[in-house]
Parts: sequence; structure tokens; C-alpha cells
Amino acid sequence: MSESDQNQGLEPEFQEELSQQAHSLVEHIERGDYTGALDIVSELNNTRDRTLYLEVGKLTRSLHEAIRNFQIDVGQDGQVRKDLSEITDASDRLSYVVEMTNKAANKTMDLVEDSMPVATSIKDEAKVLKEAWERLRRREMEPEEFRQLYRRIDVFFDDLTKNSEQVYTNLSNILMAQDYQDLTGQVIQKVTRLVKDVEDNLVKLVVMAGKVDSITGTQHDLEQKEEEKDDSKGFGPQMKVEERTDVVSGQDDVDDLLSSLGF
Amino acid sequence: MKILVVDDFSTMRRIIKNLLRDLGFTNTDEADDGQTALPMLKSGKYDFLVTDWNMPGMTGIDLLRAVRADDALKTLPVLMVTAEAKRDQIVAAAQAGVNGYVVKPFTAAVLKEKIEKIFERIDG
Repeated sequence: MSESDQNQGLEPEFQEELSQQAHSLVEHIERGDYTGALDIVSELNNTRDRTLYLEVGKLTRSLHEAIRNFQIDVGQDGQVRKDLSEITDASDRLSYVVEMTNKAANKTMDLVEDSMPVATSIKDEAKVLKEAWERLRRREMEPEEFRQLYRRIDVFFDDLTKNSEQVYTNLSNILMAQDYQDLTGQVIQKVTRLVKDVEDNLVKLVVMAGKVDSITGTQHDLEQKEEEKDDSKGFGPQMKVEERTDVVSGQDDVDDLLSSLGF
Repeated sequence: MKILVVDDFSTMRRIIKNLLRDLGFTNTDEADDGQTALPMLKSGKYDFLVTDWNMPGMTGIDLLRAVRADDALKTLPVLMVTAEAKRDQIVAAAQAGVNGYVVKPFTAAVLKEKIEKIFERIDG
């Protein structure tokens, strides 16, 4: 924020009063009335103090407002009672999303792992029967072997019915396990709105605090923090990949990059 | 063939274990970060390491560096399966001596191809 931006934040009455007092100060000095001039200096100080108290008061009110907006309940002892804060509620909600997605993923994998051997057994038995059937058609089968095949086909049809039913039920349960998307989607949308509100309120507080700074002439020696995170810690999934050049867009990109490095 | 799968999410470990089993690798163990994985690697005689990057405790890239710095482990083939997609990171992994890099989300076919490529190169 530049100097002139900060001054624009001052109340017009304050600016007016300052300018009047400054003129009056010059007049007194030019007339040689130093007692009067020093009185004006003292008045100037008072004006500054009053304005400062006013802005600090506004800042405090805004802070209270912001805290009330997030329903953070500060108890008598000054301790934040966590169970009532909306932020804590948001954390709980996000934990719920992790829990729901974890449960859905595991349930889906249970059902898939249950179905895979069933499919394999159908495939294996069908292969054996197909071979036997071919030999029967080529009339290469002994009567005793034929009687065995006859019974085996009977068993296969029974199993096939039972197994297909099981696979169908599992598939239908896998479908139902995807219901988490609706619930977690709603929760995430709610938390996203809260984050937006927090940001808006913080911006308002920063603007108010800026006014106090401009009256007191406080300069914050804030270190410009390099947001560049250490690569080795990891970033998780990247967003807006298609608009960025420092990020690969998929496996083909990774393969190209690695082969350019001699992989 | 004994394989260690390292990822902080149990669902991802389970997916990778399932895909490995489909490829015929049934002897797999799991660890949830580098700190847990490293002692297992040192004592367990593993033939192959599949690791995520972003994990609490010790990250996958630090695990890779620790493996390459250990005389007994330095030739262990390492496949990174991760959501980390910055070019600098992939270059860093290559420089640290990774044998393959699969970016999430991935398909069974990609995992299979990268694993086969790693073993081709080792056997060849």
C-alpha cells in the first residue's frame, strides 16, 4: 500500500481539522505569538489522539464482528470454546469427507475383490467345459467321461446362476457406494463458502488496521515471505494444470521429460 | 519378488497391491511413510520399492535419497507413484536416481508398462 493510498483512508473531518490547525499554527508563529502556537501544537496532538482512538475503536468492533460471524465463542476466561466455533466445525466436516471417501473406497474394493475370484472361477470352468465339449463334438469321448461331463455341466449351470447373481449384487452395491459424492460435495461447498467469508472479513480487518497505521505512522517491517515452497516436501495434486508450464499435464508429459533427461 | 509399497493412504496402497497381484506379484508389504519404510527395507530383503512422494514423516524423495545413500540398498529399483507434477520435482527425482515415475491419477496399463520397463532394463 503506498503512502497516498493510506492517507485516503483518513476521515475527511480529520483532514479538514488538521489543515485548519496547520494554517492557524503558521499565523501564530508569523505574529510572534509562540504561546498560542504551542497551544495549537497541543491541539494538534489531541486531534491525532482522538482520531486514533476512533479508528482503534472501529478496528476492535470489526474484530468482534468478525469473531461473532464465525461463532467463535470466547468464554469468560478468554479461552476459545472449540466445540462452538464454525472453523472447528469446518475441520470436523472435512474430516467427515476424508472418512466418507475412505469408507466408500474400501467398500468398493471389498466388493471388487469379492467379485474377481468369482469371475475367474466362471472363466476357468467354462474353458475346461469348452475343451471337453469340443472333444465330444469330434466324437473323441468315452461313455464314462461323457457321463462325468454331463454332471459337470449341470453343476456349472447351477454355479453360473448363483455366481452371476453374486456379481450382479456386488456391482449394484458398488454403485450404491458412490453415494458419498453427493454428501461430501455438499460439505465441501459449505466449507468453501466459509473460507471465502473468512477471507473477506480478514481483508476488511487489514483495511481498518491500515488506517490506524497511517495515523500513527507505523511502518511494519514485514518480511516478504517467499511463497515458493520447498519442492521436496511435496505439493499434492496441482490445480489449473492446463494454464501452467511448470507442471506436467499427464503421464505422456512425464515420459517426454524423462526421456529428454536420457531415461 | 518381494515388493514394498509406501503410501500414506491405505486405499492407494490397496489399489497398488491389487494391480501388482494382477501382474503376478503377490509378495507385497506396506508402509505408510519413509520413516516406517526405511528400517523395513534395511532388514527385509526387498527386490522393488513403489513409493508415493507427499507423506508425513519422511517423504518419498527423502526415502529415495536415503536408499541411494545406503550401500546395501543403493541398487534397489524404485518406482515413484505420486500426484507431484512439477517439472522441477520430476527432474529432482531423476537426479536422485528414481527408476520410473508414474503420475496420479494413473491407469493399470501405465503402472504395468513402467514396472515391465524397469525390470527389462535390470534384466537386460
